[in-house]
Amino acid sequence: ACASAALKDVAAYFTKEYGQVAVFDATNTTRERRAVINSFAKERGYKVFFVESICDDPEIITENIKQVKFGSPDYIDRDIEEAMTDFVQRIECYKASYTSIDDEKDRKLSYIKIFDVGSRYLVNQVQDHIQSRIVYYLMNIHVTPRSIYLSRHGESELNLLGRIGGDSGLSPRGLKYADALAVFIRDQQIKDLKVWTSHMKRTIQTAEALGVQYEQWKALNEIDAGVCEELTYEEIQENFPEEFAMRDQEKYRYRYPKGESYEDLVHRLEPVIMELERQENVLVICHQAIMRCLIAYFLDKPADELPYLRCPLHTVLKLTPVAYGCKVESFFLNIEAVNTHREKPTNVTISRKSDEALQTVPKHN
Amino acid sequence: MAARHQRPSAASKSSAEAKRTDLKNNEKKCSWASYMTNSPLLIVMIGLPARGKTYMSKKLTRYLNWIGVPTKVFNLGEYRREAVQSYKSYDFFRHDNEEAMEIRKQCALVALQDVKTYLNTEGGQIAVFDATNTTRERRILILNFAQENTYKVFFVESICDDPDVIAENIMEVKVSSPDYPERDRESVMDDFLKRIECYKVTYQPLDKDQHDRNLSFIQVINVGRRFLVNRVQDYIQSKIVYYLMNIHVHCHSIYLCRHGESQHNLERRIGGDSGLSERGKKFAVELKGFVKEHNLSDLKVWTSQLRCTIQTAEELGVPYEQWKILNEIDAGVCEEMTYKTIEEKYPQEFALRDQDKYHYRYPGGESYQDLVQRLEPVIMELERQGNVLVICHQAVMRCLLAYFLDKGADDLPYMKCPLHTVLKLTPVAYGCKVEMFDLKVEAVNTHRDRPLNKVRSNSMLPPLIRRNSFDPLSSQDQIKRPRLYSMGSMHSHSHVFPPPAFSGTRFSRVSEGAELQQREDSLNGFSTPDTEEGST
Repeated sequence: ACASAALKDVAAYFTKEYGQVAVFDATNTTRERRAVINSFAKERGYKVFFVESICDDPEIITENIKQVKFGSPDYIDRDIEEAMTDFVQRIECYKASYTSIDDEKDRKLSYIKIFDVGSRYLVNQVQDHIQSRIVYYLMNIHVTPRSIYLSRHGESELNLLGRIGGDSGLSPRGLKYADALAVFIRDQQIKDLKVWTSHMKRTIQTAEALGVQYEQWKALNEIDAGVCEELTYEEIQENFPEEFAMRDQEKYRYRYPKGESYEDLVHRLEPVIMELERQENVLVICHQAIMRCLIAYFLDKPADELPYLRCPLHTVLKLTPVAYGCKVESFFLNIEAVNTHREKPTNVTISRKSDEALQTVPKHN
Repeated sequence: MAARHQRPSAASKSSAEAKRTDLKNNEKKCSWASYMTNSPLLIVMIGLPARGKTYMSKKLTRYLNWIGVPTKVFNLGEYRREAVQSYKSYDFFRHDNEEAMEIRKQCALVALQDVKTYLNTEGGQIAVFDATNTTRERRILILNFAQENTYKVFFVESICDDPDVIAENIMEVKVSSPDYPERDRESVMDDFLKRIECYKVTYQPLDKDQHDRNLSFIQVINVGRRFLVNRVQDYIQSKIVYYLMNIHVHCHSIYLCRHGESQHNLERRIGGDSGLSERGKKFAVELKGFVKEHNLSDLKVWTSQLRCTIQTAEELGVPYEQWKILNEIDAGVCEEMTYKTIEEKYPQEFALRDQDKYHYRYPGGESYQDLVQRLEPVIMELERQGNVLVICHQAVMRCLLAYFLDKGADDLPYMKCPLHTVLKLTPVAYGCKVEMFDLKVEAVNTHRDRPLNKVRSNSMLPPLIRRNSFDPLSSQDQIKRPRLYSMGSMHSHSHVFPPPAFSGTRFSRVSEGAELQQREDSLNGFSTPDTEEGST
């Protein structure tokens, strides 16, 4: 009954809410249940892709139970030992009726079987592009404990002047930050840390201070502001007041003339994300808009929030995947810097006055 | 190619160490920071004859070379043909034919020696050992060889029990094999099937549950209907898996053409985003006729996001998809200039580009090498699709063509892709059939030939400040090249960070990078193609 309620919601999501992909997260361990799902989908013309996770390693299972089940609403008031025993027995109940996807009988189905958290995969009958991307993604993620450190470059000369974009070097305070970052990283004692920067001077200069090998990614370059490159917000308001207003109206999709949008950024960052998933400990030294996109991915922030996420200078964000999400720790390295965060102003209409547009511009030289 | 001399830890490793620890350690050392000990990869094909091993080997090699990973196929059949001058019959392959078995084993050893030379001294990064490798014994021999040399190993096993597929394979490639110069089809088929039977007797497929569970491999079952992937170790193996999972053998054709002649073309300007000229519009109409004439079922049409390709596609009256990554190469500061103006305004840049057109990056723009990286998803999707018409641009079309026709970096930027001409590519056997259709609408010629005199300048260029691009660059370009001039550092040494082993970029150049400070015969003192000397 619960299953059919869920499937009804799936149908609603597709038809009324324009959803493209629904992930039906349940045990679905019997052939019978899977047949129900298949006919449900067939009736409505949906494609089905099964993702079966098979794991016999008791250590992994115990770890999983600890990490996610104990926080579950089902076990909120139980003692840990008791909860563990109860859950293990729960698993036994399912085992009795568990039929794995049969590679012979089910050979017409599209599915991926994941064995032992990714040590092996069996992929059958991938039908289309999105399924192949799903397979690629699943094959690249892992659960090895690690942390991702995100930071912007140190304060730059153009930051001080309140100008966006460009390719300037670090200000004196920015250089101080680079040194502080080096100390911070050393103190964190991170195993096998990889360091990534963009192709722009300011991130490279920051990484130089670390004294370790780093890799430069063009895909990590700051958002291209096109005709607005190196202008201050005041100058943008003076020269392109309509554009400025339109950007405030829909910051995620707005594309600078001859430049990019946040949406474009997300697209160009996809290989970075994929590689971050494959890697273990990484420090990414990047830029404000880029960092916002990366954080949005890890913290599951929607498009309307993404362009307004706070990524101040001289602050390192440490993301550690846990359970179903990401633990976030913020480290301000105590070096003063300008604020480059511009909130959405109250008036975003094209007819607004100059001071209304510039209401939220942070101070600069 | 520079020799990769040292693999410091390799020498000290005893082969007694467990293979897995060895691999794991190598993997750690293969971290991008330790490029000096980045292990080469040995891909080992497994499968009965006529299972598509050579097809996959060649295709995979072509793909890996295109994305910049030096790769070479070592086909055991060729070694055998050299050793045994004339092939008589399937009897040679009987498993009880001791003399033949010895010859075949010797061939394998010779081939492996060549592999070693390629990977150790010729700058190869990946070697594909294309043979049946159907017995455990043979595979152990190969694994030991790899371990001695600290190569990683990845097996690709092709399993097929569909008799139709097998018969078709035999007809497509075996009938014309050097082994059967004058035989008629029937007897070829007959002999070959018997040959397969010889192998079947001793065939031991990879055993994922017991014997081979710690090996890294992919089993391709029935031409891609199913895959079993075990223990992918690193990035390049994951790319290989992804590629193998996306290719297919269905009949299809890919049509490549440029947009119709544009206004900028007429004015001899490069780049920009102008619309079609009158003749360009005519071409679009002709293209529509062409598409109709060829009666392509389910044809997909792709364009870039620039006006000229879109206008061309509009005329066809069918749905089309716009890809930003199909946009023309970004000429940075040279956008919308004529070659004459570029030569006047940026004579040094102009000269540098002619010296190494593939690696040269326009200031604030892109290089052909950048293009290849950004076009990779297009190639992947072309592999997945059926019939596709790609309406793109000159540099882009050259890159795509180079992939299909296996052209290297030297030839790619000079491939002829004239306006108003459609290229039809049809995969056949181990390669690609090309047909050219000139739609007979006049257009300017935008092709610049390779200059005859390459003037090498040894003077160091003053550090040029890199600028942002004026036009949006595509999403997918990831250039992992060492920056020549990072600010804030006095030593040029510390900037030659060899490109890490990501996205298959030049592993071999990786070692070149660090050794290069001493080279003289190069642009700006660096000859590694991966530094940005051409564009800074």
